[in-house]
Amino acid sequence: MATILEATDVNVTYQQPGGAPVHAVRDVSLTLQQGEFVGLVGESGCGKSTLGFALTRLLQPPAHLTGGSIVFDGVDLATLDGEALREQRRNGIALVLQSGMNALSPVRSVEAHLRDIVRAHARDGEDVSRGAVHSRGIELLEKVRLPAEVLGKFPHELSGGMRQRVSIALALSLEPKLIVFDEPTTALDVIVQKAVMQTIRELQHENGFTGILISHDLGVVLEATNRVLVMYAGRIAEDQPSGELLRGVHHPYTEALLGCYADPRADEVELGEIPGSPPDLAQPQSGCSFAPRCSLAEDVCRRIDPDLAPLGSGRAACHVRAGHAGQPDHEEASLV
Amino acid sequence: MSDQRTAQVPALTVDGVTKVYTSRGSEPVTAVDHVSFTLEPGASVGLVGASGSGKSTIAKLVTASERPTSGSVRFGDVRVDQLRGRALRRFHGNVQMVFQDPYGALNPLHTVEYTVSRPCQNYLGMSARQARDRVHELLDTVGLTPTEQYAAKLPHQLSGGQRQRVVIARALACDPQLIIADEPVSMLDVSLRAGVLRLLEKLRRDRGLSLLYITHDLLSARVVTDRILVLNHGKVVEQGETKHVLQHPQDDYTVALLDAVAAPSAAG
Repeated sequence: MATILEATDVNVTYQQPGGAPVHAVRDVSLTLQQGEFVGLVGESGCGKSTLGFALTRLLQPPAHLTGGSIVFDGVDLATLDGEALREQRRNGIALVLQSGMNALSPVRSVEAHLRDIVRAHARDGEDVSRGAVHSRGIELLEKVRLPAEVLGKFPHELSGGMRQRVSIALALSLEPKLIVFDEPTTALDVIVQKAVMQTIRELQHENGFTGILISHDLGVVLEATNRVLVMYAGRIAEDQPSGELLRGVHHPYTEALLGCYADPRADEVELGEIPGSPPDLAQPQSGCSFAPRCSLAEDVCRRIDPDLAPLGSGRAACHVRAGHAGQPDHEEASLV
Repeated sequence: MSDQRTAQVPALTVDGVTKVYTSRGSEPVTAVDHVSFTLEPGASVGLVGASGSGKSTIAKLVTASERPTSGSVRFGDVRVDQLRGRALRRFHGNVQMVFQDPYGALNPLHTVEYTVSRPCQNYLGMSARQARDRVHELLDTVGLTPTEQYAAKLPHQLSGGQRQRVVIARALACDPQLIIADEPVSMLDVSLRAGVLRLLEKLRRDRGLSLLYITHDLLSARVVTDRILVLNHGKVVEQGETKHVLQHPQDDYTVALLDAVAAPSAAG
């Protein structure tokens, strides 16, 4: 498989006037292979959406990309600006946002939305006549399991699930190589959510685009993706194949998160919680950021921030799980 | 005091309630269709269903925020659907709601102490000093300790879970007999949900409160309710002991709801 996206040491800071900078994404490196569907999970404020927006260079002030490279399809997006960045995005990146209602203009029909996109990004000699856009629209709607008449409708005439399907159709319109889904089903009813996720999965199979699914819901992510990145306090805590995540030994944060779910049909249901709260990223961090809430934390965890090192079938950033805790030799080595 | 109160808590009886919304130029919508159930003192009943199933409308009918088109809602021997004026206000002191959005439910300009002390003064007629003491008691009950520190905070200085605890403290302030919680944990991070659910359970046990728990999330319903009613398009499609209904669902809609809840343990 070919590498489609390689991000190295990405850093994002929120800088509010008069406030301390908040270091929301800290030295994140990751590689996506073509055709992979990767989940970014974590709780509020862990940096998952910020990272998704950074990778697509869609950050808006007060958020700033303060370091790192993002090589997409052979070009470093971090070095691009203006028209060059727009051209590179047109060549391959699309974004689906949480609320289809807010992403669509209330006074434009679905077809008008599509026409705007197609014409704004038209290539030389491309047929962007009304007729061409119309037939392209019908094709796209069919892909997202919507009838052709939706093309003439306005957002308020559609249900939440249909609007989200329209957003997905629009995202597909320029045949992107990478689609970032930011909580695409969170605002939907549970049953509709299931159906929309099913469609996203099928589309990913049929069209073979690379996907990033940002979600707070580990259940949704595990069902849909091939690989899961668990984020905590602006860093990747764990990176595992989705199928493997329920087996084996993991980062204690992943374990704690898994403990917060249960099957409502089980004979005994015990729900876990994670005491404490995530660190304030406006303060300098020392040691592992999960250590204050971690039941396994040892002395070394409070002093040295662990690297993302091989664990199980993937990687995890944990001294204890990597077997480093309590080994003075390693601590010495890390300090040097 | 708590024993005495438990004995006094009346049952909530919803009997054949229907609510039809009419608006000019469109078809009438039957949001709730002949729903009946009883909530015994100290018990916990869950209303579960997807969006538009009518579960929140039932909450409005039970709190007399809306009047049923037909049927009756009784709290003990009081006809809730006929309450007006002072009697309605007295009733609201007995029945309190906890809403989904702890961000929207708190005034961002008021401290926790002010927010929680208002119902003590408004419903219980306490002096400012008495109310202040009670605020600290309540914050202690909901696990926001040290209370002096939390009392002085503004909503934006609290996490989502802490805010929801403040909302619960405010609901408890006027010593209600029934709490209606409408999706109280769905906007919270999963790591905080169990704590809030455990708090609701504890209040029910310690204070003999009745709980009407409204949700689309079958897992949380399993944790805090004894019985559930599954609603679809305003109708009760299935009801019974929570564990039994979830383990042996009879209605297709209940099965669909169970399937839609993606639990990592079941995803394998």
